[in-house]
Amino acid sequence: MEFVLSEMIDLVMTARASLKPIVIQGGGTKHFYGESQSVAASASVLDVSAYRGVINYQPSELVITARAGTPLKEIEELLGEQRQMLAFEPPRFGPSSTIGGCVAAGLSGPRRMMAGSLRDFVLGATLLDASGALLHFGGEVMKNVAGYDVPRLLAGSLGIFGPLIDVSLKVAPQPIAEATVELEMDEERALAQFAAWRRMPLPISASAWHEVHGQGVLRVRLSGSDAALNSACASIGGRKLGQEEARQWWDALRDQTYPFFKARPLWRLCVPPSSPPLGLGKVLIEWNGGLRWLADGEIEPDFVRKAAARHGGHATLFLHDGQPSVPVFHPPSPGVRAITERLKHEFDPTGMFNPGRLFREL
Amino acid sequence: MSTHVSHSAMSADFSGLLKRLASRLPAHCILTRNEDTRPYECDGLSLFRENPPVVVLPEDEFQVVEVVQACRAFDIPIVARGAGTGLSGGATPHAQGVLLGLAKLNRILKIDVDSATAVVEPGVRNLAISDAAASHGLYYAPDPSSQIACSIGGNIAENSGGVHCLKYGLTVHNVLRVRIVTSDGEIVELGSEAPDSPGLDLLAAFVGSEGMLGIVTQATVKLIPRPACARVIMASFPSVESAGEAVANIIATGIIPAGLEMMDKRATHMVEPFVQAGYDLDADAILLCESDGTPEEVEDEIGRMKAVFAAAGASRLQVSASEEERLRFWAGRKNAFPAAGRVSPDYYCMDGTIPRRHLARVLNTIVEMEEIFGLRCANVFHAGDGNLHPLILFDANIPEQVDRAERFGAAILELCVEVGGTITGEHGVGVEKINQMCVQFSRQELDFFLALKRGFDPHGLLNPEKVVPTLARCAEYGRMHVHAGELRFPELPRF
Repeated sequence: MEFVLSEMIDLVMTARASLKPIVIQGGGTKHFYGESQSVAASASVLDVSAYRGVINYQPSELVITARAGTPLKEIEELLGEQRQMLAFEPPRFGPSSTIGGCVAAGLSGPRRMMAGSLRDFVLGATLLDASGALLHFGGEVMKNVAGYDVPRLLAGSLGIFGPLIDVSLKVAPQPIAEATVELEMDEERALAQFAAWRRMPLPISASAWHEVHGQGVLRVRLSGSDAALNSACASIGGRKLGQEEARQWWDALRDQTYPFFKARPLWRLCVPPSSPPLGLGKVLIEWNGGLRWLADGEIEPDFVRKAAARHGGHATLFLHDGQPSVPVFHPPSPGVRAITERLKHEFDPTGMFNPGRLFREL
Repeated sequence: MSTHVSHSAMSADFSGLLKRLASRLPAHCILTRNEDTRPYECDGLSLFRENPPVVVLPEDEFQVVEVVQACRAFDIPIVARGAGTGLSGGATPHAQGVLLGLAKLNRILKIDVDSATAVVEPGVRNLAISDAAASHGLYYAPDPSSQIACSIGGNIAENSGGVHCLKYGLTVHNVLRVRIVTSDGEIVELGSEAPDSPGLDLLAAFVGSEGMLGIVTQATVKLIPRPACARVIMASFPSVESAGEAVANIIATGIIPAGLEMMDKRATHMVEPFVQAGYDLDADAILLCESDGTPEEVEDEIGRMKAVFAAAGASRLQVSASEEERLRFWAGRKNAFPAAGRVSPDYYCMDGTIPRRHLARVLNTIVEMEEIFGLRCANVFHAGDGNLHPLILFDANIPEQVDRAERFGAAILELCVEVGGTITGEHGVGVEKINQMCVQFSRQELDFFLALKRGFDPHGLLNPEKVVPTLARCAEYGRMHVHAGELRFPELPRF
């Protein structure tokens, strides 16, 4: 066994024996996400970033398997050479972002509504469990119903069941062509427009609405064959953006470098896409209405949560200054909470992996 | 090999349970007479039979909760059942348990056109969702071949696929939310109509859990616009290798076909007399490759697909010119299982998935195995996603052939695991493949599954003793086969 891996196993076994918490870290670009961990002083840091490298990449199988510490950048470059991509477009918070960190955080980008979310693309994962064993779940094939779908459960679990050691992800061909159009309309119109488009076989691969100098602006990206783009552009209308301008815009949205994301606190509301305008303040809407970023420093957290819940969604305190007065994640229902606690107890009986990261008391 | 168990003696627990159920549910929802419970003794895999002591057929969620709470109070196991079309014995009754049939929960509660979703009860048939959404130009994408009969609750339990899942995904990609009753009798919602939910993705773990984690009483599924046009290419290849290469090249070119299926020569010769699909009987392998979208997109994509096939050495290319012809091309593939039942007294259907690059190696090894085991094997293959369905032909009246068929099947599944694949792509483990789980997973991995089950079902009441083998079970490792005469709904096309 490779030294880096055996070191990680040793660290887990030692921490378990000495009842010390473990903080799992990849590229260190997502410390802001989730609850801040007050245990840091006594904790061992399990750094996965040294365990890197692509294990298997077969373009014609549409799958890549990589060690969890492999930089996201490296994987995207490799896929790009074969005109393939990670279709869920995970945000790149920094050059050191790792693929394991992406899967553990479970965040998806602008293409999510067309392509699917990160968890949809997870085919396999190796977990270093609380006893120090390496457990392999799923694999490199797209259809696999042998046992429970553990890899997808690990996606977005923020490391509470242990560190990911390697992951297998389904990849997708890059679209033949893309075009971005811009239309002017208010929030209500934009949301109604999304509902109308959902009924039509349009190749919409990203959308974003927000106000620029008091004017509502909707940008829509289309992906597909030239024939499909031509007919879609004709039915949607609007002003076509230049390729470079469009690329910069969707990258800024994906990587959250657009100035809108500088607001603190920044709320991330995930709601059924057909929900009406929430009327909470300054918003940037993605995912055809399903994702609504809210930048309003004055608003009461409880008010935001209730508004999201009223429409069947949830609100995450995504970015904030200082210690927030409320949990960053929307409290799940008591039933989900009970199952979550039992799973944590089953998989990590001493509670050593990333304590408090997902929920403060977990 | 078949397990035929008579009504187990009604224990004191059962009389207590029945008394409680009788006070909470209408009498017609509770079946205990032998002639009433007998139809529930098996699912689509009729090899495994167990006449359930009690069958309960609730009519709404409230009654499901009543049944589960009653079973919890008397510590009696529950096996949930949808339409009973499953192929791995996932709904095989428990000798000391309640068989909970959900077929009466069959209402489509809402088709929401604005959000392109449908809210349905678990007993709604897969195809009924698409039928209800059709007037809005929408449909539910996953299309297991038993879709005319199978229920959405069963699809969720098995994470069902279909021929279009390379492009449109499996059940897990198309279900947004489920409402379940836990073994405590509590109602919990997993997932939501929003694109994601706070905390762990419990819905992802729940889909495909074969009725072991909770009982679905309601689901929200995603609907998508029906493509304006679909056409299929039928391509002949002189060898399995060249057909396999053509598949790899299609994907490498950046095309994701709506469907991509392969049949070997044995399979085409088996189905052609049965359906007259017009298959090329001289070809060693044929591919069916579908494109869908706007007419312009389809024309463009079909052109590119044809070029790839021609370059890979296709000896004949035909493109469906009409919807009728498209369906005829597909008919042979969809009827491969019934056709196997016509040419052979019995067949044993496997469901392994392999990385596609090992296709030629696996198929050639299967040909060698035909010699070793002295039995024929026809191969149909979801080429797009690597899901292989070898059909081993044998005669169950010759006991020695049964044994050979079982060993042949086991050898194929072990080969699938060996090349980096899995023992089941879409039919599930159920009771049928529980032994092969010992081959694919380590003891620690199997224990992780058992721990996951405890997390959802701490009392172990839901579909116990399925899917995850115990230590003792792995030790005694055996295998089973499908007897064509015992396959229920033989008229249904199957994958």
